[in-house]
Amino acid sequence: MSDRRMAVGNYRNDFLKEVEANVEDGEWVKMCMQCGVCAGSCPLGPYWEHPPQEIFMMIRAGLRDDVLSSESMWMCTSCYNCIVRCPRELPITHIMHGLANYAHRLGLAPKMNPTRRFAKLFWNNIAAGGRANELKLSLGLYFMDGFATGIKKSLQMLPIGLGMLKTRRLNPFGLLAGGNCKDRKGIQAMLKKAKELEDKRKGFA
Amino acid sequence: MAKLVPTNETILVAGGGISGMTAALEAAECGKHVLLIEKSPSLGGRVSQFHRYFPKLCHPTCGMEINTRRLKANKRVHILTMTEVTAVTGTAGNYTVNLLTRPRYVNENCTACGACAKAVSSEIPNAFDYNLGKIKAAYLPFVMAYPQRYVIDPSIVGTAEGEAANAACAHDAIDLDMKPESFTVNVGAIIWATGWQPFDAAKIQPYGYDRFTNVITSVEFERMMDPSGPTGGKLLRPSDGKEARNIAFIQCAGSRDRNYLKHCSRICCMATLKQSTYIAERYGDDPDAKVSIYYIDIRAIDRFEDFYQKVQADPRVTFIKSKVANITEDESSGDPVLHGVDTEGYHRYDNRHDLCILAIGMQPSVRAEEIATGMHGDANGFIETNDENGAIFAAGCAGNPLDVNRSVQNATAAALRAIQVVNRIAAAEA
Ligand SMILES: Cc1cc2nc3c(=O)[nH]c(=O)nc-3n(C[C@H](O)[C@H](O)[C@H](O)COP(=O)(O)OP(=O)(O)OC[C@H]3O[C@@H](n4cnc5c(N)ncnc54)[C@H](O)[C@@H]3O)c2cc1C
Repeated sequence: MSDRRMAVGNYRNDFLKEVEANVEDGEWVKMCMQCGVCAGSCPLGPYWEHPPQEIFMMIRAGLRDDVLSSESMWMCTSCYNCIVRCPRELPITHIMHGLANYAHRLGLAPKMNPTRRFAKLFWNNIAAGGRANELKLSLGLYFMDGFATGIKKSLQMLPIGLGMLKTRRLNPFGLLAGGNCKDRKGIQAMLKKAKELEDKRKGFA
Repeated sequence: MAKLVPTNETILVAGGGISGMTAALEAAECGKHVLLIEKSPSLGGRVSQFHRYFPKLCHPTCGMEINTRRLKANKRVHILTMTEVTAVTGTAGNYTVNLLTRPRYVNENCTACGACAKAVSSEIPNAFDYNLGKIKAAYLPFVMAYPQRYVIDPSIVGTAEGEAANAACAHDAIDLDMKPESFTVNVGAIIWATGWQPFDAAKIQPYGYDRFTNVITSVEFERMMDPSGPTGGKLLRPSDGKEARNIAFIQCAGSRDRNYLKHCSRICCMATLKQSTYIAERYGDDPDAKVSIYYIDIRAIDRFEDFYQKVQADPRVTFIKSKVANITEDESSGDPVLHGVDTEGYHRYDNRHDLCILAIGMQPSVRAEEIATGMHGDANGFIETNDENGAIFAAGCAGNPLDVNRSVQNATAAALRAIQVVNRIAAAEA
């Protein structure tokens, strides 16, 4: 490759374009002016590998693998501090979720990331019955890392579980049938259609 | 000051800051009659409240004095202080303007001897010092005030103190029976030069201006550095009166932020660079003197780049590329602690300073749409150049956040536009 073409290659913004096309609210990424208020305002900021400000810069720098395999976006707890403070009103929370989702769909998201695993659990749970099944969800979460830890965690959480039972916040028959929404099939059909449309739009089909 | 009967060949200038004074003088020196009205008791506006001004770091009183001399020498400018416009109707060449003058309770006989102030003991917040200090209720707004005439605050009118001030005056200058006066004038063109006001810092919730005493604004800092200001020119922290040495400046406080002011206020970068030289000057080689400037990007417009470079070369000054996320207060010391992440390496910081200065943004004192129906302004209320504004022309910061140099250029242009309007009227009537 000639020097000139290599130099041009360094400045290709293919990844930015990819993000704009496929990530929810991705078209906002180019609006970031790198002031850093989001990074400084994030309550989990110190634990992020790359704060949002840096992620935006990495996208623009074309660091596709580093961004999509990052744990960072999965750290977002949706507190919305960044959105509220961003001087350019970037929907940062949504972009983080969009990036996480995109990375997951591509199979590039970190496999063992706990947020990703919980998100999957939650989605499967809610998609199955059209409504969250608390008992299945929490047991699924406790037993995520194997049987022994599952038992340990369940015992730890037992008092809370009993309290929830007493105040009728937990359906004791949740492991059996019941608790599903009325038109479970209808919801599942809707979700299937939505996924089809999305896959087509994002080229996953 | 000459008596003036305004006609539609008269130009009204609203606002007596540097822009209004300039526009009034340029028009008057071209032979036009000008009515210059100012809301406060003296002329000069925000510039007279500065300690020094960039780029040459000279004293504003110097530039002001040149203008007041020009005013004194010119019979065609009629000045009304403590006066505001209450309504404007009409069209280019023929405006009817309602004015309201508040009572000063002191007439032209005043020699500014100060006997009334000595006779009075009650004090009021000193507006000239952004209410940082107090001033007697019989006062001269500031040393170089023009006109050099005292003001009696309405709070002592009708009290024994008011009578004492009156009794102390040897020149028959106090008139406690003055009443607010409304009147109507006819003018041909209007130059609107009501300037700017600082954005309300308390609205920037994460910076805690209303909660933390040692977080102040750039305009307050400017007063503190003035030897005749509230701290006698010393940099004393509001919380404990200790001399502040480790100073932080936060740029774009309110500006370039869709939550507050969308626009870039343009002069705050230069104002901070200027103010950092005050600190360098005050503390000399004191190793504890430190300035940290937190910024998004420094906009030292055109020829001020060299000013920026000079400040950059000062080892006492550090530039931190980061918009501060929030401020907390260290309870025992009262120190403001600035939190954020910088853009050059993404380092998280929690920096403690003695004093934090918010480089506060500019917004118009009077929004365009408040002037007259149909006036065109931008989203922040600055007057736009638009033919539909008729013969109401913006001068200086009423139209844009500008520095003094550009305000004066802009005011001269406004004067020329107004002159053209009244010339057309004169030609038609001849
Ligand atoms: C912190 C800071 C530091 C700065 N330092 C510098 C510097 O060093 N050098 C520099 O070149 N520029 C500096 N500037 C910019 C400078 O302040 C402006 O360029 C200048 O004040 C513009 O003058 P003006 O006459 O347009 O407005 P103003 O100075 O605001 O004057 C407006 C006048 O109109 C009057 N008025 C307001 N409302 C009414 C009303 N309704 N009716 C009648 N009268 C009214 C006001 O009382 C005032 O006298 C600085 C700005 C800031 C914020």
